[in-house]
Amino acid sequence: MIQKPDPTQETLVLNMGPQHPSTHGVLRVVLHCDGEYVLDAEPVIGYGHRMHELIGEVRDHRGFYANVGRMDYGGALSFGHGHILAVERMLPDLEVPERAEYLRVITTELNRVASHLLWFGAFLLDLGAFTPILYSFDDREAILDLLEHVTGARLTFSYMRVGGVCADVDKDWCDGVLAFVKRMRDRIPMYHKLVSGNIIFRKRVEDVGLITRDMALKYGCTGPVIRGSGIPYDVRRSEPYSIYPELDFDIPTSERCDCMGRYDVRWAEIEQSLRIIEQAIAKLPEGPVMAEKVPKVIKAKGEVYQAVEAARGSLGYYIACDGSTSPYRMKIRVPSYSNLSILKELTRGILLSDLVAVMGSFDLVIPEIDR
Amino acid sequence: MLNYFKEIFVGIKSLLIGMKVTAFYGTKRTITAHYPFEKIPVTLNFRGHIDLVVTKKGYHKCITCGMCERACPSGCITLDSVKPEGAKKKKLTGYTLDFTKCSLCGNCVETCPTNAIKYSNDYYLVGTSRHDFHFDLLDRAMKAAEEMGIEWTEPVEKPKEPKEPQAEGGESPSPAGA
Ligand code: SF4
Ligand code: SF4
Repeated sequence: MIQKPDPTQETLVLNMGPQHPSTHGVLRVVLHCDGEYVLDAEPVIGYGHRMHELIGEVRDHRGFYANVGRMDYGGALSFGHGHILAVERMLPDLEVPERAEYLRVITTELNRVASHLLWFGAFLLDLGAFTPILYSFDDREAILDLLEHVTGARLTFSYMRVGGVCADVDKDWCDGVLAFVKRMRDRIPMYHKLVSGNIIFRKRVEDVGLITRDMALKYGCTGPVIRGSGIPYDVRRSEPYSIYPELDFDIPTSERCDCMGRYDVRWAEIEQSLRIIEQAIAKLPEGPVMAEKVPKVIKAKGEVYQAVEAARGSLGYYIACDGSTSPYRMKIRVPSYSNLSILKELTRGILLSDLVAVMGSFDLVIPEIDR
Repeated sequence: MLNYFKEIFVGIKSLLIGMKVTAFYGTKRTITAHYPFEKIPVTLNFRGHIDLVVTKKGYHKCITCGMCERACPSGCITLDSVKPEGAKKKKLTGYTLDFTKCSLCGNCVETCPTNAIKYSNDYYLVGTSRHDFHFDLLDRAMKAAEEMGIEWTEPVEKPKEPKEPQAEGGESPSPAGA
């Protein structure tokens, strides 16, 4: 419910968006301001609604491959991963080759790094710093080149297939990935020097947007938002899937609870992703990348909920199938939606410029919220 | 009071450190390509729109089974085929791709039983009207064969009527249609 402005009050109603640069897409936030202070912030969503769930219900399972990348343009591969894992769980005869699982994880983690780099640039852009995005896009470009080599696309990947992945990699590609991991490790201190220590940046984000543990739990926040509040919840650990149990990585958290905490967590996550990529490349087994007996027409039956850790948090696919070629019901739980729901409570009484910092620290992807 | 000055000192120091990074990268060569003048080489595995594969003999491999047409989630592919009288197999007379709807999912390429279609490498695809993206792939395949120096030859099944496959009439778009 959007509050009606009260003429007796000296408040200003301000529409932030739907075409505001710092709402990262078509999100509209209705603000009630008293001077520069935000009294109430009400997100209005749905401007980019494209019925992805319904499309999933009218198309067959393969027909949904292309849609996953359109929901989250930042981390398309983890969206694909969740979808095919859900479908595969309904097909008990299907044996997914090891190599395919490794490739899924390697590409997803590369995508996560790319997504965090995109967030880093956009976050600082919101705060008024223009140059950092150019540095982060330099590195992101290297990832996209790698991913383009294997998936054929740069943004809206449709790489995951029921039963495997659609393209294999060669030795050169693996070397390229390892070279990138090294390069990225060398670059991280540069980013910290350039931005993390910067006094202007710190003043903008420290102690801004405090999300307490309870609040994060209450609103169902996931991903870096909940980990930035000190709760080590990560689907890769709490509901292990794919080959994650075989890999050694930490779940970085921060006790700060503010925007800086979420910022720190994401940087630590990039480092962990690099670790995962390195281990997965070292362990990458030989073999096929596609299961042998994938049915020509996928007729799944049953009901599954499969959660994966996307770049922004826990992503869940609920798919119910009645044995026909397309799902009976598909519901997608997206992380940004829950993360955004906290905005109203969080931003009561803060400065308008801090609101931008808070929203930036959530790493919102609006197409994912609207679906 | 001491804290106040300490903060100023730390702040200025942090800015100087940042400046140093900027100065370091400022002296390096640019990493961006100046697009219209320079082009980045296209990666080999880039997935452009689909194209018919031209065989060495100068023909396509499509058997007009229609699998790709059915596999496409967006209905981009339209096949036209005729069955010449007396011939055993159907003949492809038109393969139209509506690239405006294609999401490059790859289902068509993966389901094709004869590997008759592949991804093209068209990276810099532009047009002034949406009709520019309704491709006649058969026509494109013939042109590609010509470029490769292969003559477009239809395999002769029956020794009669070795007719050229016809490209569809309304395909060449008129720019005025925008
Ligand atoms: S790539 Fe996908 S959307 Fe495009 S024509 Fe092929 S099946 Fe259709
Ligand atoms: S699936 Fe292959 S052989 Fe069949 S109609 Fe399509 S292109 Fe031709």
